[in-house]
Amino acid sequence: MGKVVIDEEFCKGCTLCINACPQHLLRTAKRVSKTSYHPAELVDPEGKCTGCGLCALVCPDAAIQVYREKKAGVKEK
Amino acid sequence: MEMEMVSGRPKTLLPVPTHYCPGCGHGVIHRLVAEVIDGLGIREKTVVVAPVGCAVLLYNYFDVDAYEAAHGRAPAIATGCKRVNPELVVFTYQGDGDFAAIGTAEAVHVAARGEKITTIFVNNAVYGMTGGQMAPTTLLGQKTTTTTSGRASETAGFPIRMSEMIATLPGAAYVARVSVSSPKNVAQAKMAVRKAFETQIKGLGYSLVEFLSQCPTNWHMTPVESVRWVEEQMVPYYPLGELKVPKEEY
Repeated sequence: MGKVVIDEEFCKGCTLCINACPQHLLRTAKRVSKTSYHPAELVDPEGKCTGCGLCALVCPDAAIQVYREKKAGVKEK
Repeated sequence: MEMEMVSGRPKTLLPVPTHYCPGCGHGVIHRLVAEVIDGLGIREKTVVVAPVGCAVLLYNYFDVDAYEAAHGRAPAIATGCKRVNPELVVFTYQGDGDFAAIGTAEAVHVAARGEKITTIFVNNAVYGMTGGQMAPTTLLGQKTTTTTSGRASETAGFPIRMSEMIATLPGAAYVARVSVSSPKNVAQAKMAVRKAFETQIKGLGYSLVEFLSQCPTNWHMTPVESVRWVEEQMVPYYPLGELKVPKEEY
């Protein structure tokens, strides 16, 4: 179970993350951001995001933060 | 439920929006270089030499010291910086107009001399900043504003494979060609950048990483079409992979 946070200050709506998401959970938002782009947004009502991070890997504007559930029993780095 | 951040913005990349077009490969390449600088812990002793081209304002985005070189002369500036301060990590960031056209002399000779610097070479097969003219790396048949019916070898010659050319020189220790067209390629590109910096830090010689990058604006495509074009058109002519690795390890 994961979570994706998209920083709309940086997102330019290039759709590369939408293309990369293996679960097809991202889409272009209808609203317009402060920087005049249609940003990407996460639509995940069923909690299918695994936090794989592929969207953040291809993002040209480093606008995506990916969070993943902490595994029990894994020691702090 | 506790969440941990698994990927976010690297510290070396300043928190400012870039001037690049949506979908431009420069943003990914900036992030990869910044992540490697963070990973190696060399931010305080890294110097970047900025090119002329789309990435001309890169010192606004990297939290490291920077020079701005004349067009194509970044390797010359980097040579001076590295020779005076051998403890620094010096890299140049150049496009195909900078590295493969006006700066070919510097590009070849910096490798011939085996200067212990790193070059990040961004090949997008077109002159981006000036509006999409033909570059030396433009593919045969590719339409640009100066080759409106496609590049023809009779009048415009053949595209240059810079990495293969540099790899023949004994002074070049690490040469790789990577792309940022898919998550897998981005992950491999980061490893190549890391090896290039490690080659420099170990003092083994010159290191070059050529990125095949997309330019959606000047190719007149959407970002998703442009990454597909990189994989279908550019990769067959510019094969990916490590062309040269240092003799020791790896």
